[in-house]
Amino acid sequence: MATNVSLTSGALASGGVRDATTDQQRLASADLCAYFGSSAAIRGITLAVPDRSVTAIIGPSGCGKSTFLRCLNRMHETVPGARVEGRVVLTARDGDAFDIYAKGANPVAVRKHIGMVFQRPTPFPTMSIRDNVAAGLKVSANGATSARRTDEVVERALRRAALWEEVKDRLRTSAVALSGGQQQRLCIARALATEPEVILLDEPTASLDPISTQRIEELLHELEREMTIVVVTHNMQQAARVSSRTAFLLNGELIETAPTRQLFTSPSDSRTEAYITGRFG
Amino acid sequence: MSVPAISPSPRPVHRPSDSQRAFAERTLGTVRRRRIVNSIMLSLLFIAAVAATLPLLFILFHLMRLGITSLTPAFFTKMPRPVGEAGGGMANAIVGTLILIGAASAIGLPIGVGAGLYLAERRGARLANVVRYLSDVLNGLPSIVMGIFAWQFLVRPVGHFSALAGAVALGAMMIPMLTRTTEEMVRLVPVALREAALALGYAKWRTSLMIVVRTAAPGIVTGALVAMARIAGETAPLLFTVLGNQFWSVSLGEPIAALPLQIFEYAKSPYEEWHALAWAGALVLISLILVIGVAARFATRERFGAHGD
Repeated sequence: MATNVSLTSGALASGGVRDATTDQQRLASADLCAYFGSSAAIRGITLAVPDRSVTAIIGPSGCGKSTFLRCLNRMHETVPGARVEGRVVLTARDGDAFDIYAKGANPVAVRKHIGMVFQRPTPFPTMSIRDNVAAGLKVSANGATSARRTDEVVERALRRAALWEEVKDRLRTSAVALSGGQQQRLCIARALATEPEVILLDEPTASLDPISTQRIEELLHELEREMTIVVVTHNMQQAARVSSRTAFLLNGELIETAPTRQLFTSPSDSRTEAYITGRFG
Repeated sequence: MSVPAISPSPRPVHRPSDSQRAFAERTLGTVRRRRIVNSIMLSLLFIAAVAATLPLLFILFHLMRLGITSLTPAFFTKMPRPVGEAGGGMANAIVGTLILIGAASAIGLPIGVGAGLYLAERRGARLANVVRYLSDVLNGLPSIVMGIFAWQFLVRPVGHFSALAGAVALGAMMIPMLTRTTEEMVRLVPVALREAALALGYAKWRTSLMIVVRTAAPGIVTGALVAMARIAGETAPLLFTVLGNQFWSVSLGEPIAALPLQIFEYAKSPYEEWHALAWAGALVLISLILVIGVAARFATRERFGAHGD
């Protein structure tokens, strides 16, 4: 727990300051293996995710890309029978490194630093738009804030998620009345409200129409300037559009990772080439 | 809507062969037969659907006709009178039934909802499967058996009948109903919602309480109201426990009047005026159950905004 505390204070304090080394690694998995019962879904993935960038994870269905993403904030283990081996190191901007799978690391605390957005929008149906965005604040380290402070945080998060103009007049109404695309941006706002260092998106546009998809992709470009983003997508065009690095997974293994342009134009592995040229998947 | 003219097809006119013609006629015959069978089945189902509502409509109509004349303000405010005296009401029985429902809920709600939450949260556990099975058996237990047991353990040792013994019997009947509905309502909450809360840094207990239970709450409230409505009219568990009371009593330690018992007493008596009162009592009881049922329907609706910060 002690390491945890230093992570909290350091990382949150330096939230707005831009580092000298922009491609400093932020999140790195080392020999990560994930299992469902006795079957391995992820077989020893070592991948570094640079700071202030979008990293895309692509691969055919069932290749383990979602499972890998869920290992990065300790969500994988919430499934009964699931378990993880290996390390995932989160590096704060002040240089503190911290293995989220270290003995004594608290998964609940880890998830406060690494936000997540799922494939389908998941607004809490009993809460208003405002309360949805504020939901994470109630459990965050600088929790118990005044109603006024909460309103400020909610507005900021909704503005960052490009949803403020559409909902500012009905913050107290039900979140489930929003459209699917709005709900997904609400979920992004909810994840942003607690100022996580990293945000993981699991096929965030898979259930959305093209216009909502475009809005979310633009949003990722905005957010990229201040935080670390990992996005899983089965859509290669999307990976090419939004990411600066791309990792290709196949059968639970990392086949290749490279700057996105390089991976799509001159992949070094024949399997990557086969996938991106549409020969399988 | 104007449809653009379609130029005639340049293809030659198709002349069906004999076998094609025969096939088309067979197909048409099949379609005709299916249409007829379909309309017959649909009519039968319609009759069944109407028949399903007939008992309730018949009972309501009958109760209205026979009970409404005795349903005076005195019925709600006055005590029962001895035979031969005009007037009199069932004030004590109405209040008694409300007290019994309240006391039974106080016993049954926490246990039933708690057990249901346990079953939903630990769905794979062996103990959960045992509890679920036993709860289903308890649900099927005849209510008279429940009454006899309450008598054996709560009336005989004490030496006298009491409202509490009846409330325990009714509360025990509520438990399995509540366990079942609570578990089902909680399981209806999508896993995605639970995961969304966990990913926000909610601890497991907080996720269960603040997100899952709150999302399932309207359904649980409905289940509670339905269970209350079910026990409101129970008579058998009360026969050996609360006994009934011709006088005013609101004490849990004393025998208490209850509408079902009062109806039972009056209906088996030989006096015409008591029969009329029994019909009125039945009407009040069924109205009470209907009111609870309507409340349950309202609770099922989206109850957004019914919470504070």
